[in-house]
Amino acid sequence: MAQRVQLFHTCLVNEIDPDVGMAVVRVLERIGFEVDVPAGQTCCGQPAFNAGFHDDARTVARHTIELLDRTSGPIVVPSGSCGDMLVHQYPHLFDGEPPMREKAARVAARCREFSQFVAETAPDAIGGTLEAAIAYHPSCHLLRGLGVREQPLAAIARVAGATSVPVREQEECCGFGGLFSVKNADISSAMLDRKLTAIEASGADRVVSCDLGCLMHIGGGLHRRGSRVRTQHLAQFLDEAQSR
Amino acid sequence: MSDAAPAGFSARAEQAIADARLQGALDNVTALFGSRRAAAFASLPNADAVRDAARAARLNAVAHLGEYLERFEAKLQGNGARVHWAETPAEANAIIVKIAKDTGCARAVKSKSMVSEETHLNAALEAVGVTPVETDLGEYIVQLANDRPSHIIAPIIHLTRQDVGRVMEQRLRVPYTDDTQRLCATARTRLRGEFLRADMGISGANFGVVDTGTIVLVTNEGNGRMVTTMPRVHVVLMGIEKLVETLADLDACLKVLARSGTGQQLTVYTTMVSGPRRPGDADGPDELHVVLLDNGRSRILAGETAEILGCIRCGACLNVCPVYRNIGGHAYGDTYPGPVGAVVTPGLRGLEPWRDLPHASSLCGACREVCPVRLDIPRMLLALRRDVADARLQPQSLALAMRAFAWTASRPAFYRAASRVMRAWLRVRAHDGWITALPGLARGWTQSRDFRAPAAKTFQERWQERAR
Repeated sequence: MAQRVQLFHTCLVNEIDPDVGMAVVRVLERIGFEVDVPAGQTCCGQPAFNAGFHDDARTVARHTIELLDRTSGPIVVPSGSCGDMLVHQYPHLFDGEPPMREKAARVAARCREFSQFVAETAPDAIGGTLEAAIAYHPSCHLLRGLGVREQPLAAIARVAGATSVPVREQEECCGFGGLFSVKNADISSAMLDRKLTAIEASGADRVVSCDLGCLMHIGGGLHRRGSRVRTQHLAQFLDEAQSR
Repeated sequence: MSDAAPAGFSARAEQAIADARLQGALDNVTALFGSRRAAAFASLPNADAVRDAARAARLNAVAHLGEYLERFEAKLQGNGARVHWAETPAEANAIIVKIAKDTGCARAVKSKSMVSEETHLNAALEAVGVTPVETDLGEYIVQLANDRPSHIIAPIIHLTRQDVGRVMEQRLRVPYTDDTQRLCATARTRLRGEFLRADMGISGANFGVVDTGTIVLVTNEGNGRMVTTMPRVHVVLMGIEKLVETLADLDACLKVLARSGTGQQLTVYTTMVSGPRRPGDADGPDELHVVLLDNGRSRILAGETAEILGCIRCGACLNVCPVYRNIGGHAYGDTYPGPVGAVVTPGLRGLEPWRDLPHASSLCGACREVCPVRLDIPRMLLALRRDVADARLQPQSLALAMRAFAWTASRPAFYRAASRVMRAWLRVRAHDGWITALPGLARGWTQSRDFRAPAAKTFQERWQERAR
């Protein structure tokens, strides 16, 4: 029987770009998993946490932890940022509340970011064909929060016809940072500008990343520039390659 | 202590971003430092273990600070130094002014000291007729230009050689040149005279070694050695946190400091001062004074950002910070810029006037990754953001929005309803799937990027349809 995994789809995927979630489901099913989507999911609460409103973040975290703790099996998160929130920040938010902290730690231990999960469970099952020059954008929380550096690149490398092109200062932040992008809009815009220039100079025809937030940021910037470079979540890219 | 921050962090940031010349300078220098750093660490065997040792050395000193300071003081006194304690910048300056008066000093040469920037020591000395001369090349130019340093180890990262040429032309009345060799030669000639004439030398301290009562200075120009040996009085001004317990601890810290700062294996000079001139010594000062400044450090020590006191001031976090790389050091508004400054400044000078700094970060974590002593700066920024919110220093509208968000996001049915309204509101503003202008706070987004319109159906709706 296929192993069951829980999908924590994240608010951005749910509200803005559900195609990412559907692609995650299809990729996971193709490599042999059965996907459950726990009902009642909302947001991980990171916006409140990063803005300093920890009580509010706790309110949302409590909801999410209770909901996920009622399920079993691995929890797949198609976002390094939300993944880092669940894995690293949730337990600390409940430092003063041991029973809840224990639950949070239990949930955290089950969480895997999408590319991380694929690399750990079925790296060889990834494949397909797709001619594309890819600028992989390592999102900060994925790279430096969860420590996921090679896994997405390895998945891309298994797609015949796809090449990862180097991007100048590839591991530098795109300037999204959630509320940072509006609170410090000038700085965020300047950071994005450098990122877009580097991406356009790389010769890539698409930007692939594991975080929809960064992709909305980079994609919105590319659209404003009238660029032909498109953006895709890694799951969408793999799904497209597998469907050919 | 809580003083007024210069108005408008975002205004200063905006100004810096619009300054093309500054942008070019920042880009070049930070990238150069970054690549040199990587190369220097590649040549260090067991780099991770050395970083761990340096971190342990510094955090151990911070954890035992009270005890170590007492031992350090006793050792210094045993070595013949006089130790002074200052709680505030004003007290530190007053102590140094008094030393100058008591010893009849009128001309002081200074090696680089960020703490003296913190106390505005030069102004205090000038006010009583003591002439301070900066002898670190960058700081010398800062002083000539009546400017402020904008980087911890590269004070004039914001100036070009043409700028330096003009400053020297105007202030030293030498012919203009932008030839760096000639500019250096001019500074060297001038400074040599200053070293010979000075009766007081003022230095900072990169480290103080508890076991031996040694003041350690690292420099590349040798000015630190001149400042600490030539004048008859040497005053060290240092923050109370700069201790390491043992010489072995010092070794680990020195191995990572120069590599992280300038990408050198070791700085050209490492000066270790363990007391004034002893009978029979060829040189050295008659008197050695060590002024230990608190200025808010004890307060930091008692809070959740105590870890920042382990900072060795290498500047690596500045070079990799995408925010610093876009706005430079002056935009941060105080002595310590960059990620470390965003934590230190609110700690030293009060959260209320400096509440924007913890938010001046996308929390990308590059600082934590590069820090030789592995300080978790993003964690500390988040703790300060919480303090800002708890102190009600965020706009009331944001606080209410967050409360509403939390209420809704913990009630799925309400969340779905709110999301439906929000998505509909966004979708009527979209053309071809993109929104080019948003009102209110979200205007910040659309000033430079378009916003992707939400899909017609949510993921949850599509998932349910599929299940049917």
